[in-house]
Amino acid sequence: MISAEIAALHAADARTSAQVQPRLDFPPYRSTILRHPTKDLHHADPEEIELLSPVFGHQDVDPLEADLTIQRGGEPIGERIRISGRVLDGEGRPVRRQLVEIWQANAGGRYIHKRDQHPAPIDPHFTGVGRTLTDDDGGYSFVSIKPGPYPWRNHRNAWRPAHVHFSVFGDAFTQRLVTQMYFPGDPLFALDPIYQSITDQSARDRLVARYDHDTSEHEWLLGYTWDIVLTGSHATWTEPEQDGDHA
Amino acid sequence: MPEDVVPERVAGGLEPTPGQTVGPFFHFALPYRGGQDLVPAGHPAAVRLHGTVTDGAGRPVVDAMIEIWQADEHGQVSRQPGSLARDPHVFTGWGRSATDDAGHYRFTTVEPGATVDGAAAFVSVCVHARGLLDRLFTRAYLPEAAVAADPLLTSLDPDRRRTLVAVREADGGLRFDIRLQGEDETVFLTFDRDGADR
Repeated sequence: MISAEIAALHAADARTSAQVQPRLDFPPYRSTILRHPTKDLHHADPEEIELLSPVFGHQDVDPLEADLTIQRGGEPIGERIRISGRVLDGEGRPVRRQLVEIWQANAGGRYIHKRDQHPAPIDPHFTGVGRTLTDDDGGYSFVSIKPGPYPWRNHRNAWRPAHVHFSVFGDAFTQRLVTQMYFPGDPLFALDPIYQSITDQSARDRLVARYDHDTSEHEWLLGYTWDIVLTGSHATWTEPEQDGDHA
Repeated sequence: MPEDVVPERVAGGLEPTPGQTVGPFFHFALPYRGGQDLVPAGHPAAVRLHGTVTDGAGRPVVDAMIEIWQADEHGQVSRQPGSLARDPHVFTGWGRSATDDAGHYRFTTVEPGATVDGAAAFVSVCVHARGLLDRLFTRAYLPEAAVAADPLLTSLDPDRRRTLVAVREADGGLRFDIRLQGEDETVFLTFDRDGADR
């Protein structure tokens, strides 16, 4: 039973210290067995190239790419949602004008990908891909369709909880984050070895968006709020106030 | 972990959002036109930087994604936008390549100059893959890197150090293979500042 394997690993971590980042070696997620490094990460002092980040600008992203419901000339099927929030660094400062990319399954739990052969319908009006730039307050917002759970072959009756993949850049390349946002109250959390690879409960909770009635729209969509916090070394000096590098 | 520094957390310090695997289905979302070409192939200083990502059984990892970020040939870090909607005349220093069915990634780029005089020049590399629960950082040093002067390279045993050094090929290209596990496992890096990055 996958839940027994997960529980054993959580209990082992509880005796030492639960981990706020996923354990790279987490055998309940079968694909980690041959893909996790066996040696400790080597400490490095970041150099300049690692303390800055690639620059994205208005030419990189069309504002319409933040609305996943209008990309294919018709209404996608499913529960229309807005996901909004802020990207912040560990000190609570906004991460400004950085790229946020998302991808997800459609309402039936199907990705537009040749290797996804799950027998659920492809929605001709939904690609499941979105991009945006954070604003001056670190804010981002996407309109989309709530993704469905989908089966995978990790173990018997394995289904992934509904989730949206996020790719986020910080002010420094050391802050680079790829993660997944989940929806509150999903019954599949306890059985999902990817979500459970983080053994600290409060850290797992940080991957779950909050239903936000204030950003819901009457007769139109449900709002979810999810803030993203990026940590990792970054330059300690303060950048001079200027706006020339995003002209 | 050897690093045991407990920093002061500033007031209002925030706990990090954990990472998660990129999963198998990123290909329709993240790769973009020209993402592998930091410079056009016809650029006078163009060089191929490529390699294979393999797992602990030596098998190719066909659903990995490699990102690089580097200085230009003069050691300058670009601050130009246009990393996705690429103008071939503008060097942004940023690239993204998914591995193919042979686990192979490739970039067309220029060899970076050192950003600090005397330091060894390298390309910063970030590895994502299905089965890899969080991204990994490493560095691809130029084969002629000044090992004796470089603090990171000299901190490693020679047999581990060579996993960070690209191999010069007969045609001048650079080969940098990435081994996630096992013999010749690549040295992966942490830039841990506050204990949050494991």
